[in-house]
Amino acid sequence: MSPSPDLAQPIGGDAGASCAERANWIRRRSIQMVYEAKLGHPGGDLSSADILATLYFGAMRYDPSNPALPSRDRFVMSKGHCTGAFYSALAAAGYFPLEELSTYMQPLSRLNGHPNRKYLPGIETNTGPLGHGFPVAVGMAIAGSFEPDPFHVYVLVGDGELQEGSNWEAAMTAGHRRLSNLTLIVDRNHLQQGAATEDTVSLEPLADKWRAFGWTVEECDGHDIDGLVRVLAPGPHESGRPLCVIAETVKGKGVSFMEGQASWHHGVPDKEQYEQALRELGE
Amino acid sequence: MSGASETFDCRVAFAEALEELAEADPRVVAVVNDSVGSSKLGGFKKQFPDRLINVGIAEQNMVGVGAGLANGGRIPFVSGAACFLTARAMEQIKADLAYAGANVKLCGMSSGIAYGELGATHHSIEDVAWLRVMGDITILVPSDPWETREAVRAAAANEGPYFVRVSRLKVPNLPRPDGAEFRVGRAEELRAGEDMAILANGIMVHRALDAAEMLAREGVSARVVNMSSMSPIDEEAVLAAAETGAIVTAEEGSVRGGLGGAVAEIVATRSSCKLEILGFPGFLPTGSVEFLLGRHGLTAEGIADAARKVAG
Repeated sequence: MSPSPDLAQPIGGDAGASCAERANWIRRRSIQMVYEAKLGHPGGDLSSADILATLYFGAMRYDPSNPALPSRDRFVMSKGHCTGAFYSALAAAGYFPLEELSTYMQPLSRLNGHPNRKYLPGIETNTGPLGHGFPVAVGMAIAGSFEPDPFHVYVLVGDGELQEGSNWEAAMTAGHRRLSNLTLIVDRNHLQQGAATEDTVSLEPLADKWRAFGWTVEECDGHDIDGLVRVLAPGPHESGRPLCVIAETVKGKGVSFMEGQASWHHGVPDKEQYEQALRELGE
Repeated sequence: MSGASETFDCRVAFAEALEELAEADPRVVAVVNDSVGSSKLGGFKKQFPDRLINVGIAEQNMVGVGAGLANGGRIPFVSGAACFLTARAMEQIKADLAYAGANVKLCGMSSGIAYGELGATHHSIEDVAWLRVMGDITILVPSDPWETREAVRAAAANEGPYFVRVSRLKVPNLPRPDGAEFRVGRAEELRAGEDMAILANGIMVHRALDAAEMLAREGVSARVVNMSSMSPIDEEAVLAAAETGAIVTAEEGSVRGGLGGAVAEIVATRSSCKLEILGFPGFLPTGSVEFLLGRHGLTAEGIADAARKVAG
């Protein structure tokens, strides 16, 4: 299936596009990828799109033509199932051709269901099993702290993912070591795959948990680009501590029938739903 | 050649080699789960305090942190008791290291049954089998202090994930010709022999040499091959051993999936060689190291008995 005409010439290639425009493009492209692959995690793709757009186009320092540049800021997609949005952001950032997005999950594609650093440039570590990305990000931040001008490390976790205990091991280490070049972002969409986090195993009081582990906390609207740009500026953080950004988001953001619905965690739209989704994301 | 009676704890050789590497290369760091003492890294900590990263008693985090350090250009040696390092962090080893090809060096201390009476929770007889099935992690089971040093150097020098199994059960330095070289993926013939072959690694190698000596007195010419490189394994050396018609494998690990399993995979489909696998059948009862080794034939006498059985 060929991409829709307006998606074939995406805004991702336009250096003048705003973060908001890029976020919307990531949403449209993610939905198209999930629709074509008949697989994926659209709910989380949509909740994380503004965060990803802000990181890649409003915060991080990197050079897609030199993905191994030692001084680059690092991003770890710990919620590795949301590859629709992640791959779209990487392609828009210039790590690989935009056309390759249409191979999502096809046989032998570099765009595996979960990201593999051996397959594609721009992927720092393999994720997919939850609770893996954050400890790796802590190791990166420690490596960065050895440098005279530390690079910054960002890690995006799902809120449900925080039920994995490995995260709290990493939180303790980062707090203890006062890793001020580390920013963890919680995509706080309040839903895990089957139900609300608070009805499954509650996370609240979430901000207090992070403070208790020695972190500073910023709570923000995860769909407000200006606010995200402000809290996601590369460090070092003045607090001398790692920063947790609790980004309040809506799962399925931007598509009316997906918003706030756990069923769209890994739901796949039919043709009618797909067309409606693109119409709603048209602006 | 030092006298065979003098024996050494290979953790000391591991720590000395790591200190030398760290001295020569600022990228080398150590990561521990509060295992500074049990990894013999007190000297490293004193010499390189900023490069000893203690993540606390948190093995999953420790392995992930290792992957992150490698991403940031460091060469991390992630060291802890083999039983906890492998079992607790298995998914991190799979996803963050093996699958991702991260340049992390896992060093499993006091592997096998070194913790003796402390019991099966603290034994690590499954580690080689668990890691071997992934295929994408180099596994080294050195046999003595010299080889432990060489294994640590090889891990530092070569890109990719490594697991080095470091025993604390004392072993002698093995007799080797001057200029002996350690090479990943190559078996080492320590004694020539044509009637049968003993394939061993780790602390079983010197016992295998003693067994061969006993067999020689009975007129049986037993080859002894050190299989310290478990993955990749030297298939040619295994097939050459199979040509003798009889193989005994001896390892301080499970009889399932380790050295014996690997040798069986090679010889079962490509030879009619007889094979006896010495190791542990599963979780072990309370007992000292020597008691447990003796109970399962992992002594020179036990190996010789097994050799008589297959070569007879």
